[in-house]
Amino acid sequence: MTALALRLRRSRHLPVVAAAACTLGLLLVGSLYSRNFLSADYLLLQLQIASFLGLIATGAMLVILLGGIDLSVPWLVTVGGVMSAAAAGWWGSAGEWLAIPFGILCGGLFGVVNGIGVAYLRVPSMIFTLGINAVAQGLIVVQTGGFAPQDRATPAMHLLATGRSLLGIPNPLLVWIVVGGCALFLLHRTTLGRAIYGVGNSERAAYLSGVDTRRVTLLCFAIAGACSAAAGVLLTGYSTKAYQAMGDAYQLPAIAAVVLGGTHILGGRGSYVGTVVGVILITLLQSILSVMQIPEMGRQVIYGAVIIAMLLMYGRGRRHSQ
Amino acid sequence: MDPVLELVDVSKRYGGVRALDRAQFACAPGRIHALLGENGAGKSTLIKIMAGVVQPDEGRIVLDGTDRRFVHPQHAVAAGIACIFQELSLMPHLSVADNICITNPPTRLGLIDRRAQRRLAEAALARAGAQDIHPLAPVDSLSLSRRQMVEIAKALSRQPKILILDEATSALTAADVQRVYGLLKRLRDEGLAIVYISHRMNEIAELADECSVFRNGRHVATFAAGSQSDAQTVEMMIGRDIAHAFPPKPPARTAAETAPPALDVRGLSWRGRLHDIRLAVRPGEIVGLGGLDGQGQREFFLALFGVLRGVTGEVRQGGEPVSAGSPRQAKRRGLGIALVPEDRKTDGLMLPMSVRDNLSFAALERLSRAGVVIASAEAEATAAMVRRLSIKAPELGDPVATLSGGNQQKVVIAKWLMNAPRIVLLSDPTRGIDVGTKQEIYVLLRRLAEEGAAVLLYSTDYAELIGCCDRVAVFFDGRIVRWLAGAELTEHALVASALNLTAETLH
Amino acid sequence: MRGDWRFRLREQRACWTAAALFVLIFALYIAKHQTGWTVPVLTTAANKGVLLAIVAMAQTLPVLTSGIDLSVGMVFVLANCLASHLVVGTPLQAAAGVLVVLAAGALCGWINGAIIVYGRLQPIITTLATGAVYFGLALGLRPVPGGDVHAGLADALTGALPGGVPAMLAVLLAVVLMVWVPYRRSAVGRAALAIGSAEAAAYMSGVNIGRTRLVTYTLAGLLASIGGLLLTFVTYSGEASAAIGGVYTLNSIAAVVIGGTSLAGGAGSAIGSVFGALVLRTIGDLLFVFDLEPLWQPLFQGLILLAAVSLGALRLLKVDNRLDLFK
Repeated sequence: MTALALRLRRSRHLPVVAAAACTLGLLLVGSLYSRNFLSADYLLLQLQIASFLGLIATGAMLVILLGGIDLSVPWLVTVGGVMSAAAAGWWGSAGEWLAIPFGILCGGLFGVVNGIGVAYLRVPSMIFTLGINAVAQGLIVVQTGGFAPQDRATPAMHLLATGRSLLGIPNPLLVWIVVGGCALFLLHRTTLGRAIYGVGNSERAAYLSGVDTRRVTLLCFAIAGACSAAAGVLLTGYSTKAYQAMGDAYQLPAIAAVVLGGTHILGGRGSYVGTVVGVILITLLQSILSVMQIPEMGRQVIYGAVIIAMLLMYGRGRRHSQ
Repeated sequence: MDPVLELVDVSKRYGGVRALDRAQFACAPGRIHALLGENGAGKSTLIKIMAGVVQPDEGRIVLDGTDRRFVHPQHAVAAGIACIFQELSLMPHLSVADNICITNPPTRLGLIDRRAQRRLAEAALARAGAQDIHPLAPVDSLSLSRRQMVEIAKALSRQPKILILDEATSALTAADVQRVYGLLKRLRDEGLAIVYISHRMNEIAELADECSVFRNGRHVATFAAGSQSDAQTVEMMIGRDIAHAFPPKPPARTAAETAPPALDVRGLSWRGRLHDIRLAVRPGEIVGLGGLDGQGQREFFLALFGVLRGVTGEVRQGGEPVSAGSPRQAKRRGLGIALVPEDRKTDGLMLPMSVRDNLSFAALERLSRAGVVIASAEAEATAAMVRRLSIKAPELGDPVATLSGGNQQKVVIAKWLMNAPRIVLLSDPTRGIDVGTKQEIYVLLRRLAEEGAAVLLYSTDYAELIGCCDRVAVFFDGRIVRWLAGAELTEHALVASALNLTAETLH
Repeated sequence: MRGDWRFRLREQRACWTAAALFVLIFALYIAKHQTGWTVPVLTTAANKGVLLAIVAMAQTLPVLTSGIDLSVGMVFVLANCLASHLVVGTPLQAAAGVLVVLAAGALCGWINGAIIVYGRLQPIITTLATGAVYFGLALGLRPVPGGDVHAGLADALTGALPGGVPAMLAVLLAVVLMVWVPYRRSAVGRAALAIGSAEAAAYMSGVNIGRTRLVTYTLAGLLASIGGLLLTFVTYSGEASAAIGGVYTLNSIAAVVIGGTSLAGGAGSAIGSVFGALVLRTIGDLLFVFDLEPLWQPLFQGLILLAAVSLGALRLLKVDNRLDLFK
């Protein structure tokens, strides 16, 4: 292999570069199918759709960086949507804007419970978040009386999800930019960010270096819960109603986006820029598959195959003999 | 005698680092051959090549006169080469018998024959002199010393012709060390070729028939054991003359000069494992913890550092009572305790992270404002530390895993020095480290003490305790049984106190 | 031989706990049930429980190697859809269909293993992606629910044997004896535990890591497809439902944990997972039988699941060296 290729393969930035290259590739493939693909309108729409996934992936990335995983995304998204709509129902016009932070807070509370279970009770994150997912489902069923949620989203929520308040940029994208910017800053410039990477690499060594690893873990899960709920609030605003199973379609893509963006699934390594590229990549992939009107079967197969193919390119582990 | 295993012109590179450069080695049956050299000299790489764990880039391996290639550790084992590494190759959840017979177990109808396996395991344990270990016991229920004995039994069960040991006695209790010495001599007399890596000169003197010295990946010399003095040997290893192994100690203070203790521990106890520890360290003093492994020394450090729950007793600093409920509290400015743990790879460093990130990790509060890290302050502080400790790291952005063992340990120490700690606890800091770096660490410790810190050093190396420490507290069964200082501080006294033998029973 | 039984008991302690838990809960269920201990009640319970039990067994194998298989539910569904096409017609055709379904499951497992071993990708993301592929294939086979299955075979397996024993239990026992026990007692099975316990040490000791993982994931796929096949006999049709696949995957993980196997690998037993699965199934029925309002049942099921997996936290109260919390 040439020296350049060798250096690229070992570089930390390879995943992000490779993901970006694949994104461009997808755009080209799409443009072959329909000229619209490269239009500004279409791209902006894609970014708007990507924002929902982007919010969830932000929280998911923090948890994965710690070396854990959050499988409570489906129902925490629903919690955000249902509870914000419910709050709108309870507080009427007074709660028009308050419904939004309320929904996010509910998700954050579940996230805190996740954090307590994982950090303080030392239950593996995979199984605890699974349990929380089931409990959240149970609570939503009770809350909605078993029917489809009847409450409607507030006009404020709708505005946040569909409006373009600043320079013609879709509002969800603005939300993602703000949240993403905070995440980027958090991870790369703050002591908390360093602590997250440290805990993901070795919780023992981080603890012995004086980091309160349990609090760091709790914070990350709380943020992840809030992010999932925030996406749920936006989704409800988008379709003006919450619905059961609104979060199901986001669990796998969120994890895939984080991993395709170069974050190591076992934690300790990864950059937020990579996650952003991963989210856009997944969104484009899903859009292309639906534009090409490939039946659901083909979509699933191609989806899974593309993820594997990309990971084989740049996500491989090392041989034992090294 | 004809060599049974020869390595000819063997070279190996890891990226830009040349681990071995046309190295030569030969060992003969019925001889114990010691391998000496600093960390980074290539010894580990050499035996990994012999054991089939890594492949040489160039060169030949000649076994019994024929050229061989070992692509996988199993090939080397099948060829009669058994290797016992520093990192144990045991699976903790499995039983002793399962571990010993992990590959090629006796089978019946495709399933493992448990009874035959148990017999094999018992035979191997007996050969290693560890008959008291129950073959069905899960390995994680055994102490580190017992596990090392199981490792030896496992290597012997393969009926090797060549046995390689890499720092095999570093984790053993004194009794087991004697057993292993006897075992190795027996095996040598039976005709095995034994290759032995150790940093302990007294071990080499006890066991070796011949010695080979490596430096910077090259073979320097091979000579019969005893034909060179220790000083000459060390000079071959580090390529320069070392004047003194240990920095000079300050004169013992008189009672009038004594300053208030930097650390004053009274009646510290913990859950039946530590009993009524009483210890006072003056600023500028290096106090050693001696005694056999596992007598509570590590637990004492953990208790001071806030890791243990249910610790009773009083700890005072500069006269004021203090307490630490966690390492986070222990390291804060008011208290200023630092702990350098004995296992740097799992407890001291985050290996995939960069050297710079590791260096600044414990001192981030000082290098940040309102939670935001100040990059310039961090770069300055880490560069200063690298200079102060002479850490050999070409790029501070490289993962710390690429550094040699000695430099990694320096990073761990430097990480804590960035906090300007007032109490420095070091748990076996020079284990597995080359002579040159050891010296640097000794000088550093003395300088720290002179600057006013209280230094506590736990070491299993008697020479180190005697050479570095002003006073030594010998632990036995969770208690301090003897204090040794000045002229009393001899190896004899250390050994005797470690075994809890009083002066009366000695004569 | 003194002290031997002590070690063997400790080894299987978690298994016995899960079994005891199951017996307790099932006894409660039968006691409260209107009809009680009768063949139809037992058969219905067995038919539902064995399905999850076999998928839980499938999940146990990769978990022992400190991996995970998030595609077991989808292989389960794929096998179900495939069987609804092939396990029909003459007994010979049906038998051939069974073999094809099992082979397909093993192939799916083998693909998982190959990507993990040769591609050197992490199991969690690999099986997440292949799960999507297998589900897509299932959708292709059965875009809408339908199909059929050999009635004679289905009736026999979902009914009761002479003596009142549900036939499904006999199938479960057969699977345990023919797949799990030989695997566990062979060198490959032990190698799998070795990998889960300390992979680097296993490599140094000469364990063939690649081959062991391949066999493990292949068997997991095979077991999942056995479950899917049995599902076809219970429902007499094939349905490509992502919800069912997802539920079975996630419940299989819960069953493994409740059965006493650590997700970190190295120790555990598929028999424990079987009891864990039966516990999960029975809890759902228990809530129903205690006349708990249907509205509250999902919440209680979730809470009980959470409590069951958090039980291990009790031992934390005894920890006096905090370093032991972090491994």
